[in-house]
Amino acid sequence: MTEIKADDSLDLRGVLCPINFVKTKLKLEEMDAGSHLEVLLDDGDPIANVPQSVKEEGHQIMKVGKADGGHYRMLIKKA
Amino acid sequence: MTYSEDWIERYSRHIILSEVGGDGQQKIGNAKVLVLGAGGLGSPVALYLAAAGVGTIGIADNDVVDLSNLQRQVLHHTPDIGRPKVESAAEKMRLINPDLDIKPYQQMVDSSNIMDIIKDYDIVVDGTDNFPTRFLVNDACYFAKKPLVHGAILRFDGQAFTIVPDEGPCYRCIFPEPPPAGSVPNCSQAGILGSVAGIIGTVQATEVLKLILGKGKTLTGRLLVVDTLDMSFRQTKIRKDPACPICGENPTVTELVDYEWVC
Repeated sequence: MTEIKADDSLDLRGVLCPINFVKTKLKLEEMDAGSHLEVLLDDGDPIANVPQSVKEEGHQIMKVGKADGGHYRMLIKKA
Repeated sequence: MTYSEDWIERYSRHIILSEVGGDGQQKIGNAKVLVLGAGGLGSPVALYLAAAGVGTIGIADNDVVDLSNLQRQVLHHTPDIGRPKVESAAEKMRLINPDLDIKPYQQMVDSSNIMDIIKDYDIVVDGTDNFPTRFLVNDACYFAKKPLVHGAILRFDGQAFTIVPDEGPCYRCIFPEPPPAGSVPNCSQAGILGSVAGIIGTVQATEVLKLILGKGKTLTGRLLVVDTLDMSFRQTKIRKDPACPICGENPTVTELVDYEWVC
């Protein structure tokens, strides 16, 4: 399976809830349907909350994985 | 579109809502709303619309702040006694949200000026306290095809509904003419529980935001009637009256009328 390439990315490490979701949402608003956004999120509340909120908006979470620095890398497909 | 960090943070709780988002918040920012009256109803309307980020807010009132106003008119504080209400109102709104264009009109609206004032706005909110002005506002908004959010309060009771010209009933569909002089008490004679102004005013502010966003179902064709002694919130279906003197089939009101003041 070929790796999906993100069309855009957001580094939200150090950004608290719910502003991390708000920034994700605003970025997704300006992207085309079907395109991919990669988001870097902190462990704890951010990784617990942001993917859930993104799903509730109807977008698809393609992948969530732990990165080397202890943070998470999430790939979203815009609905 | 790039948003400032302050903008994102200030409106974050709006943007999170799927019915709002960044697009909806921009619509709110581009909206122009006129609030008629800076009293009991106008206070919560003005405060919440300013906090919500409505980009242009006009507020019209001819009065000065009186000690007896402070029990319900939460825009005005004790040091404001004696100041024009619109000046006090504009100051509070700018303190909540300095990014807005606030336009105070220190004047009573009448048939000679109302069309000129409302023409620059998208939505009008009626927070006036007397029948002559209420009929004038209804008629002017019908002629100018502006949505009007009506509210009224007395004692422990309140009512609200939204008039979208030609889409639903107007004020005259329900009340064709002002009541005869002296037949209906006003707030100064009958009393008003201050917090009731907050209930109805916040309903009006919410209707305005829904109109701007184009989301949900406004109180068009539905009269909300609140009795706070029972804490009952009831809705009555209201219909366009084909015999309505202004929006009916054979209108008899074809220009603005200045009814006589009765109190």
